[in-house]
Amino acid sequence: MALPLIELSDVHKTYGAGTDVVVEVLHGIDFAMQAGEFTALIGPSGSGKSTLLNLIGLLEPPTAGSYRLHGQETTVLPEAELTQLRATTIGFVFQFHHLLPAFSATENVLIPGLIAHGPVTAPRREAARDVLRAVGLGDRLDYPPRKLSGGQQQRVAIARALSLAPPLVLADEPTGNLDTHSADEIFALMRRFNAQRGVAFLIVTHDPRLARRCDRIVELVDGAIAGDRPNSADRSGEHLHAAATHRPA
Amino acid sequence: MNFEWVVALRFLREGRFQTALIIGGAAAGVAVVIFITALVNGLQANTLKRVLGTQADIVIRPAEEVARPQREPRPGEALLPRVEARAQRLRSIDQWQSLDLALQAMPRIKAVSPMVSGPGFAVRADATKSIALFGVEPERYNRIVAVDEKLVAGEYRVQAGEAVIGKELAKDLGLALGDRFRIVTAETDAPVSDTFTVTGIVDLGVRDLNRRTVFVTLRAAQTLLGLPGGATQLDLKIEDLFEAEDIAQRLAAQTGLTVESWMRTNEQLLAAINAQNITTRTIRGFVIVIVALGIASVLVVWVVQKRREIGILRAMGASRGQVQRVFLLQGAIVALAGSAIGCALALAMIVVFLRVARNADGSPLFVLTVSPELLLGAVIGAVIGGLLAAASPARRAAALDPAQAIRM
Repeated sequence: MALPLIELSDVHKTYGAGTDVVVEVLHGIDFAMQAGEFTALIGPSGSGKSTLLNLIGLLEPPTAGSYRLHGQETTVLPEAELTQLRATTIGFVFQFHHLLPAFSATENVLIPGLIAHGPVTAPRREAARDVLRAVGLGDRLDYPPRKLSGGQQQRVAIARALSLAPPLVLADEPTGNLDTHSADEIFALMRRFNAQRGVAFLIVTHDPRLARRCDRIVELVDGAIAGDRPNSADRSGEHLHAAATHRPA
Repeated sequence: MNFEWVVALRFLREGRFQTALIIGGAAAGVAVVIFITALVNGLQANTLKRVLGTQADIVIRPAEEVARPQREPRPGEALLPRVEARAQRLRSIDQWQSLDLALQAMPRIKAVSPMVSGPGFAVRADATKSIALFGVEPERYNRIVAVDEKLVAGEYRVQAGEAVIGKELAKDLGLALGDRFRIVTAETDAPVSDTFTVTGIVDLGVRDLNRRTVFVTLRAAQTLLGLPGGATQLDLKIEDLFEAEDIAQRLAAQTGLTVESWMRTNEQLLAAINAQNITTRTIRGFVIVIVALGIASVLVVWVVQKRREIGILRAMGASRGQVQRVFLLQGAIVALAGSAIGCALALAMIVVFLRVARNADGSPLFVLTVSPELLLGAVIGAVIGGLLAAASPARRAAALDPAQAIRM
């Protein structure tokens, strides 16, 4: 079997170290994901989902344990290299889309490239427009975020996450802020990129309806993994609704 | 454009109101600094010109004659001599011609002029006035004191038998151009006298000088004062007025002669100028600090407001250094823009000032000049100030924990 894309073993995360209030949020997580996987991370509020996602996204370091990305141990890397690794390996989609309001849709998609590779070139600009067209925003390329609907903004965020073609996209409640219809569209979009480009997705969601459409469901309860099961049901975009209604809970 | 520039400029554009506010503040500060500096420089140049317009920057005279006891005390012996200070007789500088040539060849010295000066009397009909007799080489002396600019009548022409005199003296003796008068001196055993024709009348700006000054040729003064071939002083003009004391001390050490700079002979003026300089510098310092604090406070607020966006940028791979540079750049950009506007503003203020501040006769009160160095210095200073002001906010921005910043 190929090297896992990410591999966490016995990862702990503690907040407030050195103070009176020490809280351990994650208690020894063992978790691995292969390239091209499409996984849901579910669990009640406060179970540590976001913390785990931030850890995997290299936004914060684990307090103890090992985290290998592409086989590379990350806990020993200095901040600058983590930043570099984050830029090239991981795309983020946040619940509140978090677009930069001062930049147009295309510019928002261009920013990761601007950070990683320097001044924008014409081919990169065209590539950014292509990604936006692929998420269905071909007619809104130069709109500022405030002139886009919530669903459209989230599409821009997905396009941005994919702009440097990372092998992994982390999505924190990507549909949490959207109506059912938009949520379905966004979800289908992520499935499509997963199928077409082999991008792995790890999606934190509260919505069991969406979780059931993922290949694998990992459940986090009180900072420990309480369940991890494959979800082999039909998952092609065309049958999403049928699959969701027929599967027993 | 790279990441830092793109984001810095866009953030500035996004926060138009705040940007305008700090650029305005920086502009006002820079304008005040430039205007005050130009004003004080103009005032000082004017004062110096008026006061020093009739003096040489440095004057070299023979060493003073000192009375010495006739013998030194032997060991174990004490002398109780009463040594009277010697009366200083009029003497020539030893070997002044070679000193003259050496001085002319020195750097930082613009002009040298030999002079024979001494007391005398101007006599016409029944009137006798005590005068200060100045024997000069007219062209050379004119480079020390611009006598030709101070003429009120006639011309600055001093040849054998000719004299240029102060206007009060002309009035006292009832002298007009072309009139003749006699100069009598008592430096030698027998009084010497000679007759001169008035070719020019000058206003030196000081009543006492106007009442006593008589310019004649070097040779005529040598004869009258009994110093054939001599020069009682060498007048110097130097490149930088404020180096006068330095140069004077060096020359004194080298030559053993008495060397006095204008800074010694006008100590009060110098003290006033120094006080003025300190005041200006203090005001300038305060203005700069206030402007820097203004920029810093707006940027601090900015960083707080932009926390989430900073977090997103960091999540997308922006390094701490990149984020820090974005805010440093913002500080530098607003300072640069502000100082450019400030320069324009200062120039406008100066134009208005020159139009308003005029003498009764409509001539400008004094000259206000703004050197390119001053403008450049103000801009560079402002940019450095902007960078310093931005340093702390930029560090805060870079230190933000991206995970936390996004959750906000």
